[in-house]
Amino acid sequence: MSAAPLLEVDDLSVRFDTDAGTVHAVDKMSFTLAEREVLGIVGESGCGKSVTAMSLLRLLPPTASISGRARFDGNDLLGASSRRLRRIRGNEIGFVFQEPMTSLNPVFTVGRQVEESLRTHRGLSRSAARKRAIELLDLVHIPAPERRVREYPHQLSGGMRQRVMIAMAVACEPKILIADEPTTALDVTIQAGILDLMRELRERLGTAIILITHNLGVVADIADRVVVMYAGRKAEEAPVRELFARPQHPYTIGLLGAIPLPGAASKQDRLREIPGRVPSLAELPNHCAFAPRCPRADELTRSEVPPLRSVGPEHLVACFHPGGEWTQ
Amino acid sequence: MSYVELATVNPRAGRRRLLRKRLLRRPLAVAGLVVALAFAILAVFANQIAPYSYRATDFNAILVHHSSKHLLGTDPLGHDIWSQIVFGARASMEAGVLSTLLALAIAVPIGLVAGYYRGWIDPVIARLTDVLLAFPFLILAVGLAAILGASLRNAILALGIGAVPGLIRIARGEALALREEDYVRAAIANGARDTTILFRHILPNMMSTLIVQATVTIPLAIIGEAVLSFLGLGVQPPATSWGVQLNAAQDYLTEAPRLAVYPGVAIVIASLAFNLLGDGLRDVLDPRTQR
Amino acid sequence: MNGAALEVDGLKKHFPVGSRLAGGGQVVYAVDGVSFSIAPGEMLGLVGESGSGKSTVGNCILRLLEPTDGTIRLLGTDITHLSRRAMRPLRRELHMVFQDPYSSLNPRMTCGQIVGEPLRMHAIARGRELDDAVAELFDKVGLRAEIRFRYPHELSGGQRQRVGLARALSVEPSVLIADEPVSALDVSVQASILNLLRDLQAELGFSCLFITHDLGTVEYLCDRVAVMYLGKIVETARTEELFGDPQHPYTQALLSAAVVPDPEVQRKRRRIVLEGDIPSPMAPPSGCAFRTRCPLEHESAPRSHEEEPLLGDIGGGHLVACHLVGPGRAAPRLIDVPADVLEAREA
Repeated sequence: MSAAPLLEVDDLSVRFDTDAGTVHAVDKMSFTLAEREVLGIVGESGCGKSVTAMSLLRLLPPTASISGRARFDGNDLLGASSRRLRRIRGNEIGFVFQEPMTSLNPVFTVGRQVEESLRTHRGLSRSAARKRAIELLDLVHIPAPERRVREYPHQLSGGMRQRVMIAMAVACEPKILIADEPTTALDVTIQAGILDLMRELRERLGTAIILITHNLGVVADIADRVVVMYAGRKAEEAPVRELFARPQHPYTIGLLGAIPLPGAASKQDRLREIPGRVPSLAELPNHCAFAPRCPRADELTRSEVPPLRSVGPEHLVACFHPGGEWTQ
Repeated sequence: MSYVELATVNPRAGRRRLLRKRLLRRPLAVAGLVVALAFAILAVFANQIAPYSYRATDFNAILVHHSSKHLLGTDPLGHDIWSQIVFGARASMEAGVLSTLLALAIAVPIGLVAGYYRGWIDPVIARLTDVLLAFPFLILAVGLAAILGASLRNAILALGIGAVPGLIRIARGEALALREEDYVRAAIANGARDTTILFRHILPNMMSTLIVQATVTIPLAIIGEAVLSFLGLGVQPPATSWGVQLNAAQDYLTEAPRLAVYPGVAIVIASLAFNLLGDGLRDVLDPRTQR
Repeated sequence: MNGAALEVDGLKKHFPVGSRLAGGGQVVYAVDGVSFSIAPGEMLGLVGESGSGKSTVGNCILRLLEPTDGTIRLLGTDITHLSRRAMRPLRRELHMVFQDPYSSLNPRMTCGQIVGEPLRMHAIARGRELDDAVAELFDKVGLRAEIRFRYPHELSGGQRQRVGLARALSVEPSVLIADEPVSALDVSVQASILNLLRDLQAELGFSCLFITHDLGTVEYLCDRVAVMYLGKIVETARTEELFGDPQHPYTQALLSAAVVPDPEVQRKRRRIVLEGDIPSPMAPPSGCAFRTRCPLEHESAPRSHEEEPLLGDIGGGHLVACHLVGPGRAAPRLIDVPADVLEAREA
């Protein structure tokens, strides 16, 4: 980690004002992203991973209050003016959403939508933008891009739509691409293609990627570093191989054990079940959020929030009893 | 077998309590509810609340502005206007509520059948409904009332039937959507009879929408009754309703415009109250709204 | 085939699209000739991606849809075109668990009422007996007894799926159709439901058709697997054989595309990325439906353009529908096959 990180997030917290009271979606999240790095943020539904990403670009509804600090390329991101934010969105930081079905405007052609950010941020003329749009569709491996550019979203398959979304997001060659569950709604064979594409884009354009997913397999495939989130907090962070080889947080270990591994053909092994369920984010516990479900829970974990500690090279865990086995 | 559910279910999950909370957060809806209830009370307890019978005349106090004996004054025949308003509320509420209930009783079964069974009966019902919907509600109601003859009961009939096409469309839409729900498929796969499915699975889940629609149909019917009575097709004097009062006020518009204003304002407030309540209920009962 | 709990033969389901009056006479060939059987106590995985028709197969078996062609035999009885009245007693033997925990339970009924409904419907128990039976079912699926009085919206996704399972198993069916029962759940919850399903099957001995797109789950749970593509089955085999030595190019591509949660393994794997998109079920390619994306199309042409490959047995109940595969002739290897399997094959 030589140069200064591209993105520095420090103590990010997000609260929502809802029916059920205040929901603490994210609690003091900190992480960094270096240039050309792929950071995977992993967690189950409701852990706050999407909210984290969206808060960076202020894509959250007005009921959200964001606190903490985030610096992009050395400049303040959370406090940036609306004008600066508009210059960043789609231009320096690209965003790919989960549902390609609903993220594309159905009444505009695909080409028009790709051109939009080109014309807004780069001020390209109609024809120049059209040319570039075709290049971009080609970049994301959409066959016959000159024809596709005139088509509407409903004429494309899910996988192709996702590629269009990616083309839109990288149109202005952003420094960071944030992809929120980009392959969750796609078939397995299509997902493979999208992952390959993202890898290729990182090589060719030098874009750093924040990949948000609940799928540990996807993370194993493409990420350089991984952050595991639980109940709005960071549970564990490590380089990818280190995380899978030596997970230390019981939640990470539980997650890994809950997934059927291929070729673990012997069906006598039971999948590991994590008892209980994800806590409601309405009360911010002032103790370890995982304690109610944790086999290692004790007085300490039920009374204090575990701080992040280093347990290995670039390996952090928020646990009072880190260890490699489910029970220790 | 392990008991894996350690965390208790959210203790604050009482649905009714939640709905009440949500409703209380909408002051307009609450205001609507309060006013609507006030009118309902006026209607039910008219005999007790009104200081005078609606037929009582006092020829010593004609066209009085307001006095200690007559809060809102009197009309050309010496009727106490406040009492008129109160008894008028009874006619309006009767018309509003009964016609809506009648409309629901007719429209919901038809809509259910059309939306659930589909087949050949659905297009027939849908097209017939479309034809009827081409007529504005009031025109339809006026036409029916003219055919049936003038009386409060016939006005209720006319208004109720007039509201049927719109409600059929809503009921049919709901049934159409609900029959695709997995729990309905589960019941079918279970071998349940159609009646069971309709009454146990589909109808209960339409109730929110129907309640909201009913609440919003009532003000239409109130105004409808006023129109019909104004035109002489609804309530007949000496019985009174706000529409009848408006009709009588026509001759005195320059002299005593308040004779028209009081019943007019009553109509506005009553229908506004139900509309606000209906809007609020729609938000409250929609699971997608956040608060 | 005798004694099979469920037998499906040549099942087809075609949906007409567009009003015939308006001249739009297109057809969606959702299921186009599917055959398999499930023995008592066996779990068969039906795997496929979107457009494969796997859910439609489940719906046809449950008679939620009318099959266009083919036969379905439940415990020996032909149920393909039985009337609703005739089906009713057989409904006891056939049940389903749905994918979406949020729409599979009636929000206006308590969980206890939901689970008790089949028992009531088939007049198996009532009153006190019914209560006890329901309480026992809740216990069996690992739910606390007082959850009987709760409404579905008060429960989590995992709890709801348990209620769905309890409802399905309440009448002790012989065949359970599970249509993506865990896809909508979080990973940590999936494990408990999968374990529960496995345990219940071992205890109650029902047959199960497990429909899913997730290969890992299938390998964990199922005895045999059938892979579907565009309305047809392309390969069927015992689980170990399918995963160890997949024959059909699509199966191989599918297996190679699945991501493994282990970076050491995942990044070394050779991945076959299929070209193009899944063709529309309204216009399946002639001959072999997979030929438009098959990496081996150059070897199978021109036969694959004209002739539809039929499922052929290559030994030990391993069926493959591919022109390049036959008895004694294995498919070209597109992905890495474990060494021991290779040895066994060459022997």
